[in-house]
Amino acid sequence: MSSDTTTAAAPYDRDVFHVEGEEHPQGSTLLGFWLYLMSDCLVFAVLFATYGVLGRSYAAGPSGADLFDLNLVAINTAMLLLSSITYGFAMLAMDKGRVPATQGWLAVTGLFGLAFVGIELYEFVHLIHEGATPQRSAFLSSFYALVGTHGTHVTFGILWLVVLMAQVAKRGLIPENRRRLLCLSMFWHFLDVVWIGVFTFVYLMGVLP
Amino acid sequence: MPSADSAIFGRLTLDAIPYHEPILLVTFVATALLGLAVVWWVTRAGAWGYLWREWITSIDHKKIGIMYIILGLVMLMRGFADALLMRAQQAIAFGESAGYLPSHHYDQIFTAHGVIMIFFVAMPLVTGLMNYIVPLQIGARDVAFPFLNNFSFWMTVGGAVLVMASLFVGEFARTGWLAYPPLSGVAYSPGVGVDYYIWALQIAGVGTTLSGINLIATIVKMRAPGMTMMRMPIFTWTALCTNVLIVASFPVLGATLALLALDRYVGTNFFTNDLGGNPMMYVNLIWIWGHPEVYILILPAFGVFSEVVSTFSGKRLFGYTSMVYATVVITILSYLVWLHHFFTMGSGASVNAFFGITTMIISIPTGAKIFNWLFTMYRGRVRFELPMMWTIAFMLTFVVGGMTGVMLAVPPADFILHNSLFLVAHFHHVIIGGVVFGMFAGIVFWFPKAFGFRLDPYWGTWSFWFWVVGFYVAFMPLYVLGLMGVTRRLNQFADPSLQVWFVIAAFGAVLIALGIACFVIQIAVSILRRDQLRDTTGDPWHGRTLEWSTSSPPPDYNFAFTPVVHDLDAWEDMKRRGYKRPVSGFRPIHMPKNTWAGVVLAGLATLCGFALIWHIWWLAALSFLTLIATAIFHTFNYDRDFHIPVEDVVRTEGQRTTLLARA
Repeated sequence: MSSDTTTAAAPYDRDVFHVEGEEHPQGSTLLGFWLYLMSDCLVFAVLFATYGVLGRSYAAGPSGADLFDLNLVAINTAMLLLSSITYGFAMLAMDKGRVPATQGWLAVTGLFGLAFVGIELYEFVHLIHEGATPQRSAFLSSFYALVGTHGTHVTFGILWLVVLMAQVAKRGLIPENRRRLLCLSMFWHFLDVVWIGVFTFVYLMGVLP
Repeated sequence: MPSADSAIFGRLTLDAIPYHEPILLVTFVATALLGLAVVWWVTRAGAWGYLWREWITSIDHKKIGIMYIILGLVMLMRGFADALLMRAQQAIAFGESAGYLPSHHYDQIFTAHGVIMIFFVAMPLVTGLMNYIVPLQIGARDVAFPFLNNFSFWMTVGGAVLVMASLFVGEFARTGWLAYPPLSGVAYSPGVGVDYYIWALQIAGVGTTLSGINLIATIVKMRAPGMTMMRMPIFTWTALCTNVLIVASFPVLGATLALLALDRYVGTNFFTNDLGGNPMMYVNLIWIWGHPEVYILILPAFGVFSEVVSTFSGKRLFGYTSMVYATVVITILSYLVWLHHFFTMGSGASVNAFFGITTMIISIPTGAKIFNWLFTMYRGRVRFELPMMWTIAFMLTFVVGGMTGVMLAVPPADFILHNSLFLVAHFHHVIIGGVVFGMFAGIVFWFPKAFGFRLDPYWGTWSFWFWVVGFYVAFMPLYVLGLMGVTRRLNQFADPSLQVWFVIAAFGAVLIALGIACFVIQIAVSILRRDQLRDTTGDPWHGRTLEWSTSSPPPDYNFAFTPVVHDLDAWEDMKRRGYKRPVSGFRPIHMPKNTWAGVVLAGLATLCGFALIWHIWWLAALSFLTLIATAIFHTFNYDRDFHIPVEDVVRTEGQRTTLLARA
């Protein structure tokens, strides 16, 4: 790298060797949280890869075509996608500094999230009653691991959302709370994207013969 | 084996205490006495409050770095004791003699040795050095997330505590350090050993991942003004690449171990032999983490050597740019070679050829680095201080170790050599010759920065020669044995003609033990002679990067004024241009506050791990819920920073002015 091009970028004299005033590095939280999401993404990558390897190892047990109820999963997908939209509305309200609207949209988001987790649990209970337990075959082990990990993430997202609502109620939309809401926003949309993958690879492709 | 779980104690019974094993009993008594002595000494000195306030709850990256390194060195003693036990066993267990270690004990020892040396020696040493040095090198006052840093450290300690607990309560895994299923599955390893393994690594792994995220954010966001990416000190570059590797590989380890845990706890079929499970998938997944892990360890060592070579040759590093690119290329290539750990799996000639070739390609950027170091020394005014000696020993040792690696990278040769002592010799060759020598070079190099006095060179030289000679004596025989076809992890041999090689190897291990002893003596002697070894300048080696511009040890805030960087080797540039240290105009400095939360959360995680290992379900649930509740409670604390008053800054900087004037 030539040093000439880079020197121009620094607004300091060649003989100035320290900053006189207080130097405040820009906040790193959003970058750090993004990095965390990427690490979480790798956890899902492993689970997707596992499902890719084991997804057709039925061990003479039921297959995706036998088990999946696409109508139910479509409703479930709608719940999660709607929750992402409503979280977006919460962020818009936050930008305008409207505490009640923010809280309202967050509550709606949480309810959609609860509906999603509820439907997923209903599906799991139903499958287990039919004998399609995680122990039945490698396909089912990898199915429950992938979908269950996603569901656990959504559950913790809801818990986090409730905590943040309490904190916004207590202190309003102060910078710390805005930053936290932005982190949860990234988390929530990330789970949405992962779910698109789950819906496509596990459910839609799973019912193919 | 305990069969029925009790509601209160799970499968933890008095039988779990190995009081019928004399070796363990003696170890336990010795450890307990040592622990009691430390507790008594701390209590007598009235130092518990000090420890709590200044160290345990500290979010200062320097103190956390030092604690990481202490953890690594303490665990080195444990891991090395395991090595001595194994060497002794293999030196005597021939023909009729079964040695003194029964196989169930021997198998735990080689597993624990590998796990401890990688996860609880090499990783803490590497992370500790990065923690201490990186913020100083980039002119920052702390890392991006100081609380997270403290939490990461205590999670690593939590993992180490679980491994140590397995010595005295229950057993450790008997599976080898990567716990391949189906052996590590519940059918063949029904005891707690593999569960200790899983939860120790899981807890430590969370800490490592978070510390990786932390250091990436620190390096990307908190560099001093003017420090562009291509002006970063090379150690910071290697730290950046290492942390990228950490964030991009440790989640894979976590997920893989979680799947193994599901197989063991829930009865799923990921890695089982029946109902569609696939054990080879585990081997693939674990090495997708495992190979980058090798580079996680070696890249910071490369960074240390680069700093040391350029400092002690009195020259700018030769080929800085190529060094950066070589590091980045190694980072990327490290993801494309994992299959060379199991060429014999049977993936076919094409797949093996691909991974064999990618593996050999890695030797190109590594070779470029070796040439860069040599050319830095060329026509330099080389000072043979201890860090430089370690570096030269590394260059000679690592090149040969690397070449045996290229041999193993040839798939047909690997079919002969895999799982043999040749492999064991190879990876000890590069890990000791690379990582361990690098960590010693780094510790000796930066010790005066951290403590304000240099390490005694006399005992350091003894330690150096014992280590280097001991390494060759201990591991060259293993190459010979490997070529003769001796496989690894055996605790008894039939062929008496092999014995002499094992005796030589055991002698080498004793030499290394002397090297470790000299290192301990070196530290003790240096503390006693600290007044003669004192560094008042902050720059004892005529360093080139920003960490040498501040005092030794640095103040809590590192730099009274944030430095401005105009050149690579910023401190060298400042010295050359007649930089005057500011002595007035100080301001209050904004700093993060210490917190109890890290150690408490990590303690709860460790308790949860212990409960899961022993199937104490109520305790696992309770500690997990408490963990979540504590974390939530902690987020309600918004009061996380304070200002160091300007009077304190003036006083600290004034002391330095006096010290510098006296020097």
